[in-house]
Amino acid sequence: MAESTTDPGQWPLWEVFTQPEAGAPHEHAGSVHAPDAEIALQNARDVYTRRGEAVSIWVVPSAAITASSPSDAGPFFEPGNDTPYRHPQFYKVPRGVRVF
Amino acid sequence: MALIAKVQDEAGHGLYIYCGTETLGVDRAELIDQLLAGKAKYSSIFNYPTLSWADIGVIGWLVDGAAIVNQTMLAKASYGPYARAMLRICKEENFHKRQGYEICATLAKGTPEQKAMVQDAVNRWWWPSLMMFGPSDKDSPNSAELTRWGVKRKGNDDLRQRFVDLTVPQAQAIGITLPDPELRFNEATGAGTSGRSTGTSFTRCWPATAPATASGSRPATGPRRGCLGAGSRRGLRGQAASGLGGCLTVGRSDGQVVLSAVLPLALSRRIHG
Repeated sequence: MAESTTDPGQWPLWEVFTQPEAGAPHEHAGSVHAPDAEIALQNARDVYTRRGEAVSIWVVPSAAITASSPSDAGPFFEPGNDTPYRHPQFYKVPRGVRVF
Repeated sequence: MALIAKVQDEAGHGLYIYCGTETLGVDRAELIDQLLAGKAKYSSIFNYPTLSWADIGVIGWLVDGAAIVNQTMLAKASYGPYARAMLRICKEENFHKRQGYEICATLAKGTPEQKAMVQDAVNRWWWPSLMMFGPSDKDSPNSAELTRWGVKRKGNDDLRQRFVDLTVPQAQAIGITLPDPELRFNEATGAGTSGRSTGTSFTRCWPATAPATASGSRPATGPRRGCLGAGSRRGLRGQAASGLGGCLTVGRSDGQVVLSAVLPLALSRRIHG
C-alpha cells in the first residue's frame, strides 16, 4: 500500500479496517498515523467511526502488508483464468432440460 | 457541541483526503508543510469574514450545500481512494447542511432583527457560494484534464445550475430572498435541457455590472465579496453570448479576482480541512 512515511520524524502509517456489523467482513476504511497500535486504534476510532459506522476495528502497520503488483496482474492471475472447467457454464445440459 | 462535532468532521475530511494522497505516495507531513507555508491552494471561500451568528447557519446551508453538490459528483470519480473519501465526506456534510439550514430557518421566523441578520448573511454568501463551482467550463484550465481522467464527471456550469435549482425552493420555504433580481423560474429549460431531478430550473443571466443588492454591506477589511475576476467574467459573458439557454452567468463590475483556486474545489477544500 502506501510507500510514503519517508520522513523519519513521522509516526508510522497504519491501515484501518472497519467491520460495519457483526458477521460482516472487515473492510479497508483508510489510514492513520500513530506511534503504536493502541493509539492507532484510538485514532482510527476518532477518524473513521464517529457515527457508529463500526463494531470492530483492525489496524495493521502499512509496512506489514504485502501486495500483488498491479503491473503483474495479468500473469499473476492467469492460473485462475485458465480453468474454465471450474465454472458451471463449462458443462452441457441435455437439450430439453429447461430448468436445471 | 454540534459545532464542535462539525469542526471535528472537517478536520477528519482533511485526513480522509491526506490518506488518499498517501496512496499516491505523497507524504502527509509534506502537504501540511505546504499548507502552513501558504503554498497549497484551497478554495477562496474560506477567506471571507464571518460577521454574525447567522453566517454560521448560512455557511452550513450554502457553502456546505454547494460542496455536497460538487462532492456527490466527485464520489463517482475514477480514483477509488479519492471517491471513497468523497462518499464519506458527503454523508457527513449533510449533517452540516441541515444544521445550517435549521439555524437559518429559526432566525428567519424570529424577530425582525434576526430575520434581517440572516438575510444579510445570505446576501453576502450567495455569490461566493456560486463561485465555489469554479469558472465557466470553457475557462477552467483543469476541467478538461480532470474530465479526461474521470475525476470530474460533470461540468462546473451544470453543477452550479443544480445548486441553484436545489437552493431556490429552500430559500423560498423560509422566506429568504436570494440577492439576485434576475433569478427566475425558467420554464423552457425546466422542461428541456435542465430537466433535472427537481424538474425545475432557475435561470440567471446578468450583465457585467453589479446588482445593487449584492454589494450592500461590504466590510472595510477582508477580501471583497461577490466579485469574479475579469477573466472569468469575460468567459461567462461569452457563454451568455453563445446562446446557451439556462446558462448561469456571473459578472461583477468590481473585478477583483477572488476565484483563485480553479482545480477541483472540493479537493483543495478538503485537503485543507
